[in-house]
Amino acid sequence: MSTATHHKGQPDTAAPAIELRGISKAFGPVQANKDISIRVMPGTIHGIIGENGAGKSTLMSILYGFYKADAGEIFILGQKTAIPDSQAAIAAGIGMVFQHFKLVENFTVLENVILGAEDGRLLRPSLAKARKSLRNLATEYGLDVDPDAVIQDIGVGMQQRVEILKALYRQADILILDEPTGVLTPAEADQLFRILDRLRAEGKTIILITHKLREIMEITDTVSVMRRGEMTATVKTADTSPEALAELMVGRKVLLQVEKQPARPGATMLEVENLHVTDEKGVERLKGISLEIKAGEILGIAGVAGNGQSELLEVLGGMIPGTGTIRVNGQDLDLTGKHSDGRSRRARGIAHVPEDRQREGLIMPYTAWENSVFGYHNDPAYQKNMLLMNNAGILKDADDMMNRFDVRPPNPRLSAKNFSGGNQQKIVVAREIERNPDLLLVGQPTRGVDIGAIEFIHKQIIALRDQGKAILLVSVELDEILSLSDRIAVMFDGQIMGERLPGQTNPQELGLLMAGVAGKAA
Amino acid sequence: MDKMPKWADVILIPLISLLLAAIISALVILAIGEDPIAAVKLMVNGALGSTYGWGYTLYYATNFMFTGLAVAVAFHASLFNIGGEGQAMLGGLGVALICLFVPWPHWSLALLGATAAAAVFGAAWAAIPAYLQARRGSHIVITTIMFNFIAAAVLNYVLVNVLRPTGQMDPATGKFPTATHLPTLHDILSPLGIAFSKAAPANVSLIVAVLACVAVWLLIWRTRFGYELRAYGFSESGARYAGISPFRITMLAMMISGGLAGMMAINNVMGEAERLVMNAVEGAGFIGIAVALMGRNHPFGVFLAAILFGFLYQGGAELALWTSIPRELITVIQALVILFTGALDNMVRMPLEKLFLALRRKEG
Repeated sequence: MSTATHHKGQPDTAAPAIELRGISKAFGPVQANKDISIRVMPGTIHGIIGENGAGKSTLMSILYGFYKADAGEIFILGQKTAIPDSQAAIAAGIGMVFQHFKLVENFTVLENVILGAEDGRLLRPSLAKARKSLRNLATEYGLDVDPDAVIQDIGVGMQQRVEILKALYRQADILILDEPTGVLTPAEADQLFRILDRLRAEGKTIILITHKLREIMEITDTVSVMRRGEMTATVKTADTSPEALAELMVGRKVLLQVEKQPARPGATMLEVENLHVTDEKGVERLKGISLEIKAGEILGIAGVAGNGQSELLEVLGGMIPGTGTIRVNGQDLDLTGKHSDGRSRRARGIAHVPEDRQREGLIMPYTAWENSVFGYHNDPAYQKNMLLMNNAGILKDADDMMNRFDVRPPNPRLSAKNFSGGNQQKIVVAREIERNPDLLLVGQPTRGVDIGAIEFIHKQIIALRDQGKAILLVSVELDEILSLSDRIAVMFDGQIMGERLPGQTNPQELGLLMAGVAGKAA
Repeated sequence: MDKMPKWADVILIPLISLLLAAIISALVILAIGEDPIAAVKLMVNGALGSTYGWGYTLYYATNFMFTGLAVAVAFHASLFNIGGEGQAMLGGLGVALICLFVPWPHWSLALLGATAAAAVFGAAWAAIPAYLQARRGSHIVITTIMFNFIAAAVLNYVLVNVLRPTGQMDPATGKFPTATHLPTLHDILSPLGIAFSKAAPANVSLIVAVLACVAVWLLIWRTRFGYELRAYGFSESGARYAGISPFRITMLAMMISGGLAGMMAINNVMGEAERLVMNAVEGAGFIGIAVALMGRNHPFGVFLAAILFGFLYQGGAELALWTSIPRELITVIQALVILFTGALDNMVRMPLEKLFLALRRKEG
């Protein structure tokens, strides 16, 4: 804390907090980790970056005792340590904050913190002890949380703090955070980074797993890059650049910024007026949305997940009923009746890349060729006769389509579940774009998709726009919204907080809108 | 990547399960002081050693093919139809009505009419639970099983009060007219010069059952409806995304399922008894669940599993007849087969998956 560069690392004199030597792990024929060695010095933040399926999560699962490595050794503070299960990991001072929180929703913060770490059969002494210890942790690290708040009543940022507190309560000196900013607003992410900074200053060691280059550059001291199960490089963050890291991740040069021409908007394609949606529990999810998209234009919807973006996509895609007016090409859509289903929407020239490809966009046990017509399977082109489908024809078309969209492996007979996230998404995007729709609804197009595929999918979306189609893009990735959209609307609590032009706004301003702080009139 | 090759999944696992069931059954037979090897010989001889035995084995198998297909079709839509028993009872009622009250000129026309009637009655009986599930969310497992009891009560009432000929003591319909009697395998095969037992009940319905297997295969894997049915079965949210109506799938899948269960009546009611009696179904509706489980819900698997269960039924009856092994023990053996092939599937599957992974790693 004595020098100005306090937050960029500690002297490298002590033994590494964690050292992995020659870790290998295979799942059947898939080599998830291949001879991986890293050293993480105490009091530093070490980033691990890599595409989906590069083996980051497997490596951390080995460190946390979920998997047993086929080969290799783990050293904690210079001591060789066996970690057969998560109990052993906790005993060795390792704490993990998962991407999906492992909290009991209807328990209080305090109850969640002691869960699994109770001292005896009676709860009261444990709770009292935990309360005291939480108070100390709060002052020590700036981790303020109301110990009596119920988890379901607090925001995701707070929930994440509870996860960190859980680890610290169990005396963790080494914290592993798996994609911690995925669910946070930019402001919440900044807060998290301040906390991590403080933890580092107090001597904790942090491993940060992420696929966001910006975060790596912002907070880490050293960074390791993983590709296809191998550790391709470990460098000091100060000595590298986002471009260099991206190249190490993908194995070739990638364009981080999407290249696109200014939009040439045409006639209005989609008009939404005063749209309301109430869910099955009677909660109003959309509270009077109005927006319009012109042909040849991308409207990006920014917002923290759960503020009505999903419902907006679903009502437009015919998956749920709503009230209000939606016009496509000047014609009203049926929002409640017989023609308010996905099939009717497709007939009206609306294609939909849904937010959750595994639960909605694809039938996971179906083969790629079966999935290649999913939603369009009633098209006469796919029927052999009155009774039977033209499976051979669909298979052939799927084969062509997979080649055009560079789906790997290009085998239409494989089940969707056997493709990587990026290739699954390519199948969905290909299917929807090939239909040449007037309006394309896109939800989280690159969630869980590797950088190479992101670039490709973005190009496809831009190309469709340039053909004069209207595109509604919903994403929780602000960078994606900023780089693709021609206009940006920010949603909060079922309403549109405001519209901005990407060139005239910044993540901070959008972040405020996303948090429900009304900005100046657009 | 799949954990093991497909052949291991569809052939090896059922065979190992079957073997385990056989071993336990052998131990049980040993424990009551009988000779298991002699018992197996007796079962094989009784069920497969003569055309008479085959005639019974195939007769039972025909029943199980229909009820097994019924369970399989619904299962592909992730609906668990355990009302096959009641649907088959109602199918029998349909067959009885059409055979008794329509003057059929020839058995072939009567068979067509009876098949249609059986299917319609079975489908209608399945349609009510289907509607309750699709519109009211009443769980199909609960409603279909309740409908089995209601079906029994309905049948009881109809047989006692409506269809029973005056003066007859027994709650059953009168004998169906001769024109509706179906040719047995003996009648079919003897013109071809093949001798087949005259006394065995297997009849032309077997051919209908095999055709039904083919039709179900086409329906599930080659038609648009089958595509939607399986998609709905795998992922309801996916179906909603694609614009597949859950109501339509639930109704149609259950009605096809009920129709297939009902069609069993052309075998047991029209082909064998030639009149409708109270307990005509004899649990075949429930055996259908085991048959579908063991046949992996694939029509060809159902076909094979139905023949296996036909063998167990007929062989079991022989055992009870010729040894001091009590009839109840036969049920125990059948239950063991169901237990191992159905409920304990994972017990065999998991070690086998591990084995295949280990083998593959060695190769790789």
